[in-house]
Amino acid sequence: MSSVTQLAAPPVAATPAAPRPRTTRRTVLSKVLPWLFLILPVGLLLLLTYLPAANMVGYSFTNWDGLSKTSRNVGFNNYVRIFTDPDLFQVFFVSGYYLVGAFLQMGLALYFATVLSFKVRLAGFFKGVLFFPYLINGVAIGMVFLYFFEPGGTLDTVLNGLGLGGLVHQWLGDPDVVNYSLAGASIWRYLGLNFILFLGAIQSIPGELYEAASIDGATRWQQFWYIIVPGIRRIIGLSFILAISGSLSVFEIPYIMTGGANGSMTFVIQTVNTAFKFHKVGLASAMAIVLLLIVLVVTAIQRKIFPDEKVDLS
Amino acid sequence: MTLRALLTPGKYLTLILAVLFTFVPLVVIVIASLKTASEFATTGPFTPPGNWLNLANYATAFTQGGMVLGFVNTALIMAASLVGTILLGTMAAYAIDRFEFRGRGVVMALFLIATLIPSVTTQVATFQIVNAMGLYNTRGAAILLFMGTDIVSIYIFIQYMSTISKSLDEAAMLDGANRWTIYWRIILPLLRPAIATAVIIKGIAMYNEFYIPFLYMPDKDLAVLSTSLFNFKGPFGAQWEVISAGTVLVILPTLVIFLVLQKQIYAGMTSGATK
Repeated sequence: MSSVTQLAAPPVAATPAAPRPRTTRRTVLSKVLPWLFLILPVGLLLLLTYLPAANMVGYSFTNWDGLSKTSRNVGFNNYVRIFTDPDLFQVFFVSGYYLVGAFLQMGLALYFATVLSFKVRLAGFFKGVLFFPYLINGVAIGMVFLYFFEPGGTLDTVLNGLGLGGLVHQWLGDPDVVNYSLAGASIWRYLGLNFILFLGAIQSIPGELYEAASIDGATRWQQFWYIIVPGIRRIIGLSFILAISGSLSVFEIPYIMTGGANGSMTFVIQTVNTAFKFHKVGLASAMAIVLLLIVLVVTAIQRKIFPDEKVDLS
Repeated sequence: MTLRALLTPGKYLTLILAVLFTFVPLVVIVIASLKTASEFATTGPFTPPGNWLNLANYATAFTQGGMVLGFVNTALIMAASLVGTILLGTMAAYAIDRFEFRGRGVVMALFLIATLIPSVTTQVATFQIVNAMGLYNTRGAAILLFMGTDIVSIYIFIQYMSTISKSLDEAAMLDGANRWTIYWRIILPLLRPAIATAVIIKGIAMYNEFYIPFLYMPDKDLAVLSTSLFNFKGPFGAQWEVISAGTVLVILPTLVIFLVLQKQIYAGMTSGATK
C-alpha cells in the first residue's frame, strides 16, 4: 500500500502548481464576486443575529444591568439561579398548557384538512374561515379575546344562553383558569397555519392512491390511516417541532392580554421583563440562552428521529 | 354505506361549529364598535346596535387614538423594509444559487441555523446593538431589523431561482454582460412571482409585528398600528366600543388583502411557514 502512495505522490503534489500561472484578474474577481452580493445580507445576519447571540453568552456570566459601563463576572450564578429560584423556573410549567393546546390544535387541523381534501360543499369558504385568523394582527386578536372573556361578556352570555351558566368563570382573573383561556385563544389564532400545511400536504398525495384503495375495499378510516398519515409524515414531524418550540416561547397572546398577571407568566415574558423592566441583562441573557439550548436540543432530537425530515423549505 | 350516511351530516356539523367559533368573537367586536357608550353599557354583546351606521367610535379611534399616525408609520416602515428585504434577499439567493465558491456551505448553514433562534429572546442583546447604532426610537430600528433578519424570503428566492435555467445566464455572459447586469436585468425580473410571494408573506408579518416596534420605538409619534392599538388599553380603559372600533380598523385591511389575494396567500404560506 505504502509504495502505491509513494508512487502516486509526486504527480499529486505537482498539480496545484499547474493552474497558478493561468491565474488572471478574472479568476480573482470571480472569487470576490459572490461576496459582493453577500456582503450586505450576511453582514446584517451576523450583526443582528449572531453577534447578539454571542454577546448574550458573554452577558450571561455577568451581573450587567444594561446601562452602566461596568459589570462584574459572576460565573455560573445566573444559570444556577434560573434552576433554583422557583419564581424563575416555575414559569416553564405554564408552557405545558400551550403544549397540550398545540397538540389539540394539530388534531383539529388534521381532522379539518382531511375532511376538506375530499368533496365538500362550500369547501373554499370553510377553508378561508379556518385559515383567516392566522393572518390577523396579534394585538387585534388580544383585544378580541379580552372582550370575549370579559366578565359578563360574550363567552359568559353564550354559556348562560346554553343553560351552562354554572361553567362561568373569571376567565382571565382566576389563576386556575387563565392559562386554559389563553391557550384557547392561541389555538384560535394558530389553527389555520397547521390546517393549511396539512391540507397542502394531503392534496399533494396522488388521487389514484385513494381510488386504488377503495377498489380494494378500504374504508375511509383505513385510507386516512394508511395513505394520508404516512403521506404527510414530514409535515407532521415539522409541526411537532413547531408545537414544542412554540409553546416554550409563547409570548404575544399572554403579554398583550394579561401582561403575565394572575399566573399566566411565561418564560419569554419573564425574560424580557428581567431585561427591560428590571434591568438585569445578565440574568435575562442566561434565561435566553437556556431557552435557545432547549430549542436546539429539541430540534436535534427531531432530526435523530426523522433523519430525512429536516426543518427547512423543500 | 350507513356509516358514510352518518358521517356526512357530522362532517358539516363540525364545519359549521368551526365557522361559529371563528366568527362569534369577531362579530361581537363589530357589533360593539357600532354602539354608543350608553348603548354599550346597557345592552348585551349580541344585541344589535341601534344604528348600524354609527361610525363615531371609528372617528374617535382615528383621531384621538392616533390610528392615522399608526397607518402612516406602518406604511412607511413596510415600504422601506420590503424594498430592502427583496434586494438583500435576491442578492443573497443569487450568490448562493449561481456561484460556486468556498464558504458557500457555511453561508447556507448560517442562514439555516438562524431560523432556529427564537428572535424575541435575542432582543435582550440585539437591543444593545441597535441602541449603539443610534437607531433607538427611530423608524430605522424596525426597518433594519425587518430587512436584516428575514431569512424566509431568501429561501423562497433560492427555491424559485433554481427553477430558472442557467442557460439564460450563460447566453447573457457570452454577450458580454457582467454578473451585476445579469442579476439586475435578467434574474430580478424573472423572480417576479417569488417576489410577489415574499412581499405578501413578509408584508403580513411586518404589518402584524408587535414586539419590535413596542421595544424599539416607544415614542408616541412613531407608533405603528400594533402599538397604537395596544396603547388603547390605557386611555380608553373600559371604553370597549372605541377599542372595538380600533380593533376592526386593524383587521379590515388584512381581510381585504386576504379576499383579494387568497390563492397567492395560501401558496405563500405553505412555502414560507415551513422555513
